[in-house]
Amino acid sequence: MLRDLTIGQYVPGDSALHRLDARTKILSAFAFIVLIFIIKTYIGYAWMAVGLMIVVAVSGIPVTFILKGIKPLWLIILITVIINLFFSQEGDPLLSWWIITITDAGLRLAIFMAARLILLITGTSLLTLTTSPIALTDGLESLMFPLKAIRFPAHELAMMMTIALRFIPTLMDETERIMKAQKARGADFESGRLMQRAKALVPLLVPLFVGAFRRADELALAMEARCYRGGEGRTRMKQLTFARRDLYAALLLLAWFAMAIVESYWLMR
Amino acid sequence: MPIEVRDVSYTYMPGTPYETRALDGVSLTIRDGERLAIVGHTGSGKSTLVQHFNGLLLPSQGEVTVNGISTKEKSRLRELRREVGMVFQYPEHQLFEETVYKDIAFGPRNLGCPEAEMEARVRHALERMELDFDTVKDRSPFELSGGQQRRVAIAGVLAMQPEILILDEPAAGLDPSGKQHMNELLLSLHGEGITIIFITHNMDEVAEIAERVMVMNRGQVYMDDTPDHVFAREEELREIGLGVPGMTQLISMLNRECFDLPMGAYTVEKAYSAIRGDLGGGSDAS
Repeated sequence: MLRDLTIGQYVPGDSALHRLDARTKILSAFAFIVLIFIIKTYIGYAWMAVGLMIVVAVSGIPVTFILKGIKPLWLIILITVIINLFFSQEGDPLLSWWIITITDAGLRLAIFMAARLILLITGTSLLTLTTSPIALTDGLESLMFPLKAIRFPAHELAMMMTIALRFIPTLMDETERIMKAQKARGADFESGRLMQRAKALVPLLVPLFVGAFRRADELALAMEARCYRGGEGRTRMKQLTFARRDLYAALLLLAWFAMAIVESYWLMR
Repeated sequence: MPIEVRDVSYTYMPGTPYETRALDGVSLTIRDGERLAIVGHTGSGKSTLVQHFNGLLLPSQGEVTVNGISTKEKSRLRELRREVGMVFQYPEHQLFEETVYKDIAFGPRNLGCPEAEMEARVRHALERMELDFDTVKDRSPFELSGGQQRRVAIAGVLAMQPEILILDEPAAGLDPSGKQHMNELLLSLHGEGITIIFITHNMDEVAEIAERVMVMNRGQVYMDDTPDHVFAREEELREIGLGVPGMTQLISMLNRECFDLPMGAYTVEKAYSAIRGDLGGGSDAS
């Protein structure tokens, strides 16, 4: 059940996308997110979707796996669409019945919001699916390096993220294990009213927290035992390198993004 | 309460890149009052298999029935879990209540045990685990030592009064006297008519407790026999990353020298009498 979550998961592989520098991918994903919120035309979104499909194909990750990541969010997408559809009253009415009025602007907005959410989820999960958590946080730390000038704790933040990411699967396993242990003792997590269900979580949450604190303690000790003392003068086993392929990839993506902006802002005039 | 496993396969996360087949066509029958040890190296499917015995996992293919009831029958799941008790690995990690008493009462209460009967059950379970009811019942389980926590956790399962008890590496991480106590506990529970199924890596534990050994390898049943027959196949066991008890090793070393001892003598007592017999009857050299 919990194992079905694909958001934030990493699928090891050797595709062109996997081999790109983490920083290239992070910056591209960031640019992609900004872009899907400023595009203003249907063709612009279609263009983005086609490009994203090509990137998915290059990544070699099964399409079913990516769709599974969107599945838990269908409800949110649906609600967003409904709200936009029925509650925006600008533009010309297309349909009017009882108190419900659907306007062309509302319809347009609803479609845009749905497209944005789907593109957003797919695009960002593509980043985590093809980048190992270590490379991801190394990349983030490296990108945040300039902020060290204003005493921003870039290394500490990156380390915290590494540890948090590292422990997601561990905690998931632990949750499943404790859940099973309590089920074996007759606990019921699946039925009853809301209050009963909330109460039923106590036998799960208490051991989970106790376990998380114990692990944190042990990890801190293990890190100190290996002389960890922050980022000062620390070197890496795997250096990030901005290679030629990163340059090519960046240029390609830039061209893709630029086309979308040009189409959205100038061609439509 | 026989457990019947018919051609069961189980796949974790089907349809993802992480898909793994943990069980592959496993069949076995566990009769009442058996002492069954399940051994196998890490990832051989032991834990996955035992979780089928009380319906925590449902087979992807095949069927598991306990006392004739399929584990797929949702309405009878609670009944099933009362009869099949399960002690997980490191059971002390599941403690959560404010007091030891409440934690042990959690299982029986879920199964609808009347409050009037509760104190007697908790007292009995604690005594079985050699903990004093009056001194520990009002303490927080988190103040206890690791060994005591494990005993409280096992008491929580015993208080449900199961007819079949499954234990996943019950002695892992215990000190020698804790291990000894665990072995004695399993034997005495068996003496009361409870079927004992336990997973272990420790062959000496198998030698001391089990009367039947099931060896698993890559999700399949590799051997299923009495301990002396299984231990006689030392080479095959080593090939799949397992070993034999210390006594069996000693006997095979002695046999290579000049003795002719039965390979079935895998406990200290049996080995002692075998060696004695061989010395007394074989030659007069003192």
